[in-house]
Amino acid sequence: MIPQRTATSSTLTLHVNDTAHTVTVDHRATVLDVLREQLHLTGSKKGCDHGQCGACTVLLEGRRANSCLLLAVAYDGAHLTTVEGLGDEERLHPLQEAFHERDAFQCGYCTPGQIVSGVGMLCEAAEGHPSHATSPEALQWATGAPAELNRDEIRERMSGNICRCGAYPHIVEAIEDVTDHALRHRGTAPHRTDAGADAGTDADSGTDARTDAVPAR
Amino acid sequence: MAVHDTTDTTDTTGTTRRGDRTAEPVLGSAAPRREGPAKLTGTARYAAEHTPPDCAYGWPVAAAVAHGSVTGIDDSDAMAVPGALAVLTHENAPRLGEPDDPTLLLLQSPRVPHRGWYVALAVGETPEAAREMARALHVSYDEEPHDVLVHPDHPKLYHPEQANGGYPGACERGDFDAEYDAAPHRFDLTYTLGPLHNHPMEPHAATAVWEGGHLIAYDSSQGATVVCQTLATMFGLDPHQVTVVAEHVGGGFGSKGTPRPPVVLAAMGAKHTGRAVKVALPRRELPFVVGHRAPTVQRLRIGARDDGTLAALGHDVTTHTSTVREFVEQAAVPSRVMYGSDGSRTGHGVVALDVPTPSWMRAPGEAPGMYALECAMDEVATALGIDPIELRLRNIPDREPDSGRPFSSHHLADCLREGARRFGWERRDPRPGARRDGDLLLGTGVAASTYPAYVAPSTASVQALGDGSRPAYHVRINATDIGTGARTVLAQVAADELGVPLEAVRIDVGSSDLPAAPLAGGSSGTASWGWAVHKACRELRESDGTLVTVDTTSDVQGQEEYARHAFGAVFAEVSVDTVTGEVRVRRLLGVFAAGRILNARTARSQFIGGMTMGLGMALTEHSSLDTRLGGFVEKDLAGYHVPAHADVPDIDAHWIEEHDPYLNPVGGKGIGEIGIVGTPAAIANAVHHATGRRYRELPLTPDRVGVVA
Repeated sequence: MIPQRTATSSTLTLHVNDTAHTVTVDHRATVLDVLREQLHLTGSKKGCDHGQCGACTVLLEGRRANSCLLLAVAYDGAHLTTVEGLGDEERLHPLQEAFHERDAFQCGYCTPGQIVSGVGMLCEAAEGHPSHATSPEALQWATGAPAELNRDEIRERMSGNICRCGAYPHIVEAIEDVTDHALRHRGTAPHRTDAGADAGTDADSGTDARTDAVPAR
Repeated sequence: MAVHDTTDTTDTTGTTRRGDRTAEPVLGSAAPRREGPAKLTGTARYAAEHTPPDCAYGWPVAAAVAHGSVTGIDDSDAMAVPGALAVLTHENAPRLGEPDDPTLLLLQSPRVPHRGWYVALAVGETPEAAREMARALHVSYDEEPHDVLVHPDHPKLYHPEQANGGYPGACERGDFDAEYDAAPHRFDLTYTLGPLHNHPMEPHAATAVWEGGHLIAYDSSQGATVVCQTLATMFGLDPHQVTVVAEHVGGGFGSKGTPRPPVVLAAMGAKHTGRAVKVALPRRELPFVVGHRAPTVQRLRIGARDDGTLAALGHDVTTHTSTVREFVEQAAVPSRVMYGSDGSRTGHGVVALDVPTPSWMRAPGEAPGMYALECAMDEVATALGIDPIELRLRNIPDREPDSGRPFSSHHLADCLREGARRFGWERRDPRPGARRDGDLLLGTGVAASTYPAYVAPSTASVQALGDGSRPAYHVRINATDIGTGARTVLAQVAADELGVPLEAVRIDVGSSDLPAAPLAGGSSGTASWGWAVHKACRELRESDGTLVTVDTTSDVQGQEEYARHAFGAVFAEVSVDTVTGEVRVRRLLGVFAAGRILNARTARSQFIGGMTMGLGMALTEHSSLDTRLGGFVEKDLAGYHVPAHADVPDIDAHWIEEHDPYLNPVGGKGIGEIGIVGTPAAIANAVHHATGRRYRELPLTPDRVGVVA
């Protein structure tokens, strides 16, 4: 849709967890603030508001992004996955289940970002993306085959997500637990859709898309 | 001595699922966190995630000078911002009653004691509007000279009566000077630590709303009871007219142990505007307004005999505080506990500077003090050619040295021996610089840990619900779960005492409308709250009624005179890059004796978490005061480096099964802080072993370590 604009605000649509939200956003507002303050999806956390901690990590078109660094006005039609879109309390996502079993969190504030980042990271690895920890030999072949995730690889790829409680060893174990299943398990590898896709066609997870208009503030 | 084995626990945790009954006892089992699913799916709400109807947003304005006073505030541009509601300053903010903590006396006077002190609060319809208003506010100042650097020869140095925790500022035992002068081996060593910042992942935040004469505040706090009492005092209310909710708290590490500016500002803003007001602090402002670990210069003087036993132990600490409130980091206190000697002198000197007010950060006193003491012990061991573990074993006292009290239990020796066995210490070549792997030098180090077993009075209630065939109980207590797993472990305490499955116990924590309880701090939460829950459940079990409310004040005050401390031993293996000076931890292992471990799963997480923060203190976390501008240089997580995934290896945490009858009915000593205590010294000692160099200053960043020949 064509955004409706004033000098300081625009009306646009964000597809969040397969639900289309039409919102009027302040041009200064970040995707994180729109999620938290307008859509009341507070699972994405504000730890630093500067892209330094990763607590606000969402999947933007299937890729990890710090939502505190995205100005919402620039993302009309974008598809976002937040922690609320991965699983619910009755039916946890396999990585959420692994975090629970491994006690891979304490205060829980970095946890949604860790989990969303972990899901995105597993997808990147499955697509063969290398990291700083990838061996020169593996880089040389660059076949696009899935990257092998040893603990150093997981640590390197997760280093954008800070945990002050120090749950890192358990987070690494939790991610290892699902690594073997990452490609097989439904929902673990996030689907990608084209930016700007019509709200009626982006529901390939099986959820019916609906327009959930949020009044302008 | 039974030793808890990691492998067994891992197996247990791997097969325990929510809702399953297991054959093992409820207390001590690895029950998973009750709030886990809510935290994992993003439905757990933290302080800034409560948005009452018609909620406005507050953005604080920090002083832009290092010392002085506000001479004028022009809010015309700020109030012209669309969505502007109000600007609160010392000229128009609600007058506040005097709190115990003067750092909360905000917007009451034009005085600016340090850079970053709040001078105004902008309130707007949206976060964007409030932030724009804060930027558009014109504040003029009368600047005065500032002084932000502490050193032992500072002319304003004084010796306080007390240090944090109520400990005497200075202690003497025997004749330190004579013993030190007569000792055959004398060591005079100075260790330096800069300021450190708590930086919990959830920045301090609060949402406040007035409903009639009743103040409701959602606060990011380690103890809502104290916040409730403080707000009542400051706003002239009865505590029953105040409700403070801290249901989920994103870490604190001491910085949320006392009420902080957001809750006061939000309540003032809400009172002034008649709206609900939310105040979430920007990360960059936390170092200035939520406390920090004060820098310390620590002089250790040790007089040792040929066999390594100590004749004299001196520990002199120099630190800073602010001009707002005296806070003295009690870094010399662990030297009154750890090792015996014939003569000891421990003391603190402090200078009140134009700096933000320091406060609690995980293991105040013990964390910096044991870094210095345990590095010094390693230096003694190296100089005398005695194994560092053996040196410590030879100096373990029979009674607490300064107080003369017997220990309620003392298993440092077991921790050292068990840790050595697990770490493979006997294969260690003691020569420094002996292990090389290409450009890397490898080394191992050990240090002891200690932390006091505090306990405070608490109330709690328990109510019997349901019928005889399906028992159900409801426990109510204003405990706070800052990530410790308090809900879970207190439900375990109740289920154990009531003899029912864990699922039969419902528990509410995190609101001042619940029975009053002390804060989550000083590693005392579980002991204090657990005592009250245990007592309530026991009285309910022994009574005919259905509701019991208890108070443990007389029980706690009636405790026998013992020295109660947890102990531990931390082992580290590091590599030091001889070209870049980079230190990396390869292995980290801790063995702790902390009384009864009440939940194997969450306890392990706390030990590991404490050790991780100790790793940060040793290698990455650095802050400094800006002599030109005042305040801290390292303000956010890009400047102040907390450990990231790639910095942290696998960490092993184990514990001794310690049965101490002199603690409290649940038998735990507290585990939240001891993990950090020995870790910095273990890593620093490993760096010495790798390189042969003593740095005596943290963190051991590449610029400090430099090129190692």
